[in-house]
Amino acid sequence: MSDLMIEARGVVRSFGQTPALRGATVAVAPGEILAIMGPSGSGKSTLLHCLAGILVPDEGEIHFAGRRVDTMDEARRSALRRDSFGFVFQFGQLVPELTAEENVALPLLLGGVRRDAALRQARPWFGRLGLDGLERRRSGELSGGQAQRVALARGLVTSPKVLFADEPTGSLDSLTGEQVMDQMVGAAREHGTTVVLVTHEARVAAYADRHVMVRDGKVAALAPERVHS
Amino acid sequence: MLLGMSVPLTLLGLLEREPSHGYDLKRDYDTYFGRGRPLPFGQVYATLGRLARDGKVVISEVQPGVGPERKRYVITEAGATEFDAWLVQPLEAEPHLQSVLFSKVVLALMLDRPAHEYLDIQRGAHLERMRQLTEIRRGGSLVDGLLADHGLFHLEADLRWIDTTVARLDALRAEVVK
Ligand SMILES: Nc1ncnc2c1ncn2[C@@H]1O[C@H](COP(=O)(O)OP(=O)(O)O)[C@@H](O)[C@H]1O
Ligand SMILES: [Mg+2]
Repeated sequence: MSDLMIEARGVVRSFGQTPALRGATVAVAPGEILAIMGPSGSGKSTLLHCLAGILVPDEGEIHFAGRRVDTMDEARRSALRRDSFGFVFQFGQLVPELTAEENVALPLLLGGVRRDAALRQARPWFGRLGLDGLERRRSGELSGGQAQRVALARGLVTSPKVLFADEPTGSLDSLTGEQVMDQMVGAAREHGTTVVLVTHEARVAAYADRHVMVRDGKVAALAPERVHS
Repeated sequence: MLLGMSVPLTLLGLLEREPSHGYDLKRDYDTYFGRGRPLPFGQVYATLGRLARDGKVVISEVQPGVGPERKRYVITEAGATEFDAWLVQPLEAEPHLQSVLFSKVVLALMLDRPAHEYLDIQRGAHLERMRQLTEIRRGGSLVDGLLADHGLFHLEADLRWIDTTVARLDALRAEVVK
């Protein structure tokens, strides 16, 4: 149908009386790293959640690889998220009772992969992301940057088509944040993963191929074409 | 772009509001753009003279009376076109461009143009430059990386200034549109 990986068309979403999105339109090409910027409360996370099939828009459409997402029922959206999407959030949200490698393997385990196979698939990520030797640690025994890289490995372990990252460096100091972004971009480029990166920080957004701005629930491109259109 | 280069364009922008005498142009320039460094009368008239020579402004009428103040300057189609092109075009994404960018924002507000769109375009140019520097930093040596960092931190400061300005556009409009 189209050569787009994921797309929101005219998405409207409110929380009770609060309108979070008022007609947001954005498209991401396969393998592209798109940064969604904007001030706090502008609707960035809501847009990411709608694109990822976590939230259903009140109006408008979501398309992923030519399939309509917003009309799927919860079970199908859940399967789509598990099979095709990966996630990294601001606070890694590792399961504290599990070891680092069990955390990385978690999406595979939830997808029905056997434990030993899941752990075998999880382990190479420790080397790739500079986490060698930390496989058996629990999240309480990891630094912030290490925990966030474990969360990144967990987001990538299923080889998702799209990685959704919401303020992935928001809880880190700037040097550690740069390291996480380096790893994220390196891994995404290597595997051809499409990335939707939400951030309010320009230095983080600078890792992306393209930038858009959410303002008042709408998406503005940051290129001169707009003025002439 | 050097600040000096924006004087003719700023005067064109002020004339885009309405035809004006040289004295009024100097007063408004000093109020909004001079920042403690008034534009000498000599430079005002020399600049207007060059703009007239190049067909960007014309002298509309010489009113009865004495002195150069009787001349009223009117922007031409060519002048308006040049000004519009300057307003829309992002500045090269170099640090320390606040004074020129600030002039653009104030003029856009005076003329009821979409100032936040111009700032977004500038934001886009800055982010593109930051993307290039980040790429250099990722692939390069420590020295390349540290030099890129210097540029990145300054561009980031510019972007924060743009954010702050966008957040205060309504207040600024109230101050510069009489
Ligand atoms: N679960 C929710 N319940 C109520 N209001 C929400 C919820 N999520 C977001 N909002 C509101 O929607 C708007 C956009 O929020 P969000 O998408 O989180 O913005 P951002 O990520 O850009 O900071 C805000 O006004 C926020 O308060
Ligand atoms: Mg958010």
